Amino acid sequence: MHQFLFIVFAVFCAGGAINLLVQRKTINSALSLIVVMGSLAMIYLLLGAEFVAVVQVIIYAGAIMVLYIFVIMLLNAGDEEASKGSNVAKYFGIPGLFIGGIIGIGVLLKHRPNDTPLKLGALYGPADQVGMLLFTKYLLAFEVTSVLVLIAIMGAVVLARRSDS
Amino acid sequence: MSALTFLIVALIKIAITLGVLLTVVAYTVWLERKVVGRMQNRWGPSRVGPFGLLQPLADGIKFLLKEDLTPPYVEKNIYLLAPGLALIMALTSIALVPIGPVIHLFGISTPVQITGVVDAAGQPSDINVGLLIVLGITSLGVYGIALAGWSSNSKYSLLGSLRASAQMVSYEVSLGLSLVGVLLMSSTLSLSGIVHAQQSTWFGVIPQWFLFRGQFVAFFIYMIAAFAETNRIPFDLPEAETELVAGYHTEYSAMKFAMFFMAEYANMVTVACIASVMFLGGWTGPTISFLPLAVQAFLPLVWFTAKIFFFLFLYIWIRGTLPRFRYDQLMAFGWKFLFPLALANVIVTAFFVAWRA
Amino acid sequence: MTVPISWYLLLSAFLFACGVTGFLTKRNVITLFMSIELMLNGVNLSFIAFATRLQTLDGHIFVFFVMVVAAAEAAVGLAIIIAVYRTRETLNVDRVNLLKL
Repeated sequence: MHQFLFIVFAVFCAGGAINLLVQRKTINSALSLIVVMGSLAMIYLLLGAEFVAVVQVIIYAGAIMVLYIFVIMLLNAGDEEASKGSNVAKYFGIPGLFIGGIIGIGVLLKHRPNDTPLKLGALYGPADQVGMLLFTKYLLAFEVTSVLVLIAIMGAVVLARRSDS
Repeated sequence: MSALTFLIVALIKIAITLGVLLTVVAYTVWLERKVVGRMQNRWGPSRVGPFGLLQPLADGIKFLLKEDLTPPYVEKNIYLLAPGLALIMALTSIALVPIGPVIHLFGISTPVQITGVVDAAGQPSDINVGLLIVLGITSLGVYGIALAGWSSNSKYSLLGSLRASAQMVSYEVSLGLSLVGVLLMSSTLSLSGIVHAQQSTWFGVIPQWFLFRGQFVAFFIYMIAAFAETNRIPFDLPEAETELVAGYHTEYSAMKFAMFFMAEYANMVTVACIASVMFLGGWTGPTISFLPLAVQAFLPLVWFTAKIFFFLFLYIWIRGTLPRFRYDQLMAFGWKFLFPLALANVIVTAFFVAWRA
Repeated sequence: MTVPISWYLLLSAFLFACGVTGFLTKRNVITLFMSIELMLNGVNLSFIAFATRLQTLDGHIFVFFVMVVAAAEAAVGLAIIIAVYRTRETLNVDRVNLLKL
């Protein structure tokens, strides 16, 4: 069951990621990214990380991607246009992907003896325990992140405001 | 409970809940037309059946038989996807709502809640992060509206869906924050756990609902944000007919329009369910001891339905009373008033909970 | 019925590689940002997989921080995109090649 579900959602994930690359329309890329995020949330659930899975749906799919789609609609972003730069990138990017993939698979195969099988829901991550850890061990990082978000909000407001005198 | 029994029970619960939900949705439309009609000193639907009670049926037949137009120059795939997405997201979240207590039928005991099960001790239990899942599904509901407007290739639709996505993202923040106070007091994210935390009473009379335990500010914030989330008057800017024809569903006709329509009313029902679970104790209510036991078993469902219809009536009442906000007023109200108020409520509740602990 | 951790890591690596490819080949600024999100998601998956492998919740916390940074990045980045679009009226990164208009 675990294997079956993993394969289903992994196929959705990989298909969405490839579709993001193939599509020429920006909105289609955004939609396939939403598919990737939704199936990733399911994969988190398989690993028992229920809180992370729900937060993934709320933050990524429900807030960040809505923002992207909002901007796509606002600017009426149409088709991708190929240019000189993109051709150069194509000749370096796709071979780079292959080489990186081969290296990654090679490393994984080399460490195959350490390859641990994970059971369904092997590490249960409920909201209270995650929150406890967040507000004790990682309190400083949490506060620093909140300052970062505050700065980002102010930056976004300043940038997006029309500079009419 | 074996896997097969579990599956059958779950399927029966899904079928019944979905049937009841769709009926409630259909008759909410009837109720709205009737009540708003009376408020404006006219009759409302009165021709089809007694009191116009068969009107939803007639409307459904009409939607099915109308010509299903697909305008040229639309983004075909997304155009067809959008209404389905809106309706599915609206209908799914009812699965998380605890509608009633544990019932015992034919030797099987199960709570009246699609995702609920009975644990070893006979207590109802459901998904630990149920409330967050409802919020997640609600936030995904924006896509139906946003994509509908974008794919229609029409300026009215685009403006309507731009407004809708900005409005829903903005008010979602206040909506989520208003629920944090309740979560602090109940210290659980599971919806049946939240209902369980409100079951006792003061002096055997006054129920210990979170509304009466100091969360009334949160309740009002939640209700206001919920009106904005469901795109209802006074926040129905995305479909403001005087400015935008019909907003995001201008280019939709027949069944595809009906799906948007049903999605809006199903969202209203969901929001009412969450409001009654979070603030009004869900299915809890006074027990009436002189009634026969068979009737008493149905009392929780009666209380829950009564609470839902109270909220639905509130929606209709406000629709008959208030004019529409201007868009800048809407945004300023959401960010400059509602959001700070919700934050203040969270802080005060946190201090209160910490002081008592 | 178990799934080896290498499967999760392979998926994570694949998502990351797709993100990198998208970032290098795409020319639309919004798609570039989405490729970055894809990379971050790939990393998140390996965080969760390793957290499960090591039986510690710390990996979950890191995922939250990544999400917060992604949200901040999206807000600022999209604001920059809107500002650029106002002056240049294009979303193609190759056309945004002047420091001053």
